[in-house]
Amino acid sequence: MNHIASKNIEPRTNKLTNSHKVVGLEEAIRRTNLRNGMTISFHHHFRGGDKVVNMVVDKLAQMGYKDLHLAASSLTDVHEPLIEHIRNGVITRISTSGLRGRLAQEISFGLMKEPVVFRSHGSRASAIANSEIHIDVAFLAASSSDPMGNAAGYSRSANAKSICGSIGYALPDAQYADKVVIITDDLVPYPNRPSGIVEMDVDYVVVVDSVGDSSKIASGAIRDTKNPRDILLAQQAAKVIINSGYFNTGFSIQTGSGGASLAAVKYIRQSMIDRNIKASFALGGITAHMVRMHQEGLIERLLDVQSFDRVAAESLMSDRMHKEISSIEYASPTEPGSATHFLDIVILSALEVDTNFNVNVLVGSDGIIRGAIGGHPDTAADAALSIIVCPLIRGRIPCVVDKVTTLITPGNTVDVVVTEYGIAVNPLRPDIKQKLQEAKLNILDINILKEKAEQIIGKPQPLPFGNKTIGVVLGRDGSVIDEIKNIEAKDM
Amino acid sequence: MRLRRTMMFVPGNNPAMIQDAHIYHPDAIMLDLEDSVTIAQKEAARLLVYHALKTIDYGDTEMVVRINPLSTPYGKKDIEAVVKAGVHVVRMPKTETAEEVKEVEREILRVENSLGCPGRTKIMAAIESALGVVNAYAIATASDRMMGIALGAEDYCANLKTQRTPEGIELLLARQTIVVAARAAGIDALDTVYSNLNDMETFRKEVELIKKLGFDGKSIINPRQIEIVNEVFAPKDKDIEKAQAIIAAMEEARQKGSGVIALNGKMVDRPVVLRAQRTIELAKASGLI
Repeated sequence: MNHIASKNIEPRTNKLTNSHKVVGLEEAIRRTNLRNGMTISFHHHFRGGDKVVNMVVDKLAQMGYKDLHLAASSLTDVHEPLIEHIRNGVITRISTSGLRGRLAQEISFGLMKEPVVFRSHGSRASAIANSEIHIDVAFLAASSSDPMGNAAGYSRSANAKSICGSIGYALPDAQYADKVVIITDDLVPYPNRPSGIVEMDVDYVVVVDSVGDSSKIASGAIRDTKNPRDILLAQQAAKVIINSGYFNTGFSIQTGSGGASLAAVKYIRQSMIDRNIKASFALGGITAHMVRMHQEGLIERLLDVQSFDRVAAESLMSDRMHKEISSIEYASPTEPGSATHFLDIVILSALEVDTNFNVNVLVGSDGIIRGAIGGHPDTAADAALSIIVCPLIRGRIPCVVDKVTTLITPGNTVDVVVTEYGIAVNPLRPDIKQKLQEAKLNILDINILKEKAEQIIGKPQPLPFGNKTIGVVLGRDGSVIDEIKNIEAKDM
Repeated sequence: MRLRRTMMFVPGNNPAMIQDAHIYHPDAIMLDLEDSVTIAQKEAARLLVYHALKTIDYGDTEMVVRINPLSTPYGKKDIEAVVKAGVHVVRMPKTETAEEVKEVEREILRVENSLGCPGRTKIMAAIESALGVVNAYAIATASDRMMGIALGAEDYCANLKTQRTPEGIELLLARQTIVVAARAAGIDALDTVYSNLNDMETFRKEVELIKKLGFDGKSIINPRQIEIVNEVFAPKDKDIEKAQAIIAAMEEARQKGSGVIALNGKMVDRPVVLRAQRTIELAKASGLI
């Protein structure tokens, strides 16, 4: 009979809704043994709607922490309150894929002592897996979690408050951080499986009112760009794909963010139907368009490291063939099995392209950081065909230039540049050039495109950069490929 | 033969739109100095349009400028600026009589003479009132420079004391009068704009209607309308094949020195040849051959 005394005979239903892991935020922070100088991490799947970074850093400031290294998968304009925390010494180092808004502006003007370290999503994943970034405590927003920490970017419960879909950028953090704190606005009963984050990786679960405003990701319906220039660019990009030689059954595709690159998928859809071509998988930021094509049987599988809209987020929750993948599985340069290595075609946007096909997606033509590296260099390097979709001119700003303000994606990985005035093919790809010329597309030398831009708007003055390095851009191999200098503050 | 399936309206005070309107490949671009430009901006818009015409390479797009009427303080200055800039066509708004056309022609010629290039500039007239419709043929034949007449439906409907409907019954007489007058004068007929960009279905129906009525093309206000107009105006495969056969028969007859064109044992009339030629032009412009 003794063994019964050592056995818990309570009904297990009592255990489903609570555990020792569920604590308040301050208590969770205390128990992680976080100390000054350590590294904390966050994901950015709620993008402009994220509430967790500000919530946690406010709490850390209140608790008296200093000198922390903030290693986020990316930061957006909603993270403006970090400016004060940087001024007060709470945050002294930042690693991220991108910066936007006032935070980006202040950092560009020289707010921080230490330069911000910019990595692509693939490089960040690799750096975490290889201990180049050692995360002491990861604070990971989740739209649902059970008391043991099985957590996801969606919730199947009736109390669901938020949804962001894939939390692929948070999965390496969950896997490799010393301590993992899940922050959720919907504590659901055990077992919250399937889920992206699994309980073995989780130390604490903190329940809050709201982790993010899902409406800031994108609206619920398929959002079609109505900008005629984006439509023109998308149609041209679609023609490049269709005539590239890679448009065959079993091909795989990824589209980056930006109206034109997202819309390009819509224009290849009809050709897939007409020619009875089916894709094996679509990768990356998954959109409503891709979900629809998957449901129509045109795309067999969706590999989703980040859901670009609510339709994609909901599909990820319910469709087995719509698979959440970590950023390691997505684009790690040191992981031979990462999906980008199997990618045929990627369509990407750009702030600037230069005559050597180098691309900048991070620093604006005014010298101020206003973007994110994302998976740009990862997919450009790994895909069989990389297509940059970029207007030649934005307002008074030329986008095809002599030399990019900041080097993000090296020109030898960029194959085609599509502009509204014509298409340039990298001389390294004479095979593609020949195919596109045979298809009677308007192929121009990239220098001609640059001259056209200059003819229309003239040659821009050099930017008034200072001497202080405010950011370093790491390449896929971890080496510094460019430095960002401070820009003189002026009335914007 | 110059195709005028689409004439895209671009406000003369919008540099971003003026700068790259041609990338969407409308057949013609009409830079507007009239209704889309407020009085306060008339001078600035004229200067902008002048410099755009002088500096931007619009390729083979036909460049049209809608001037202010000569009865305003801006009309003469508009003509002087755009003729100096080498515009292809001056578009007259709210044209009601042949005399108005002659007046514009005199003004154009004066500027052309000062430049040493008399006769360079064409004229088209927008008919936007009942009186204009009644005088359509006189307007269409008022000058050798006339290349087309167009309907301006909003003002016309107001003048007629009615309003536009999706079916367009209220415009039927005006449209047919304009097509007949244009054909009688041997010039082009262009239809009015359709402004609801959220209803592409009704727009397509309207384009189908005006094509049936015989119009050469449609005035448009957004690049997104171009594809639809071009689709509607694109000849069908069957028509292209027939046209190619007729052209081949014509070539054969010419080589033989015969005045009679025969196809499959039947004689081909001149109107059929002309239609075949137009079909081929349209097919080429639509990228079908």
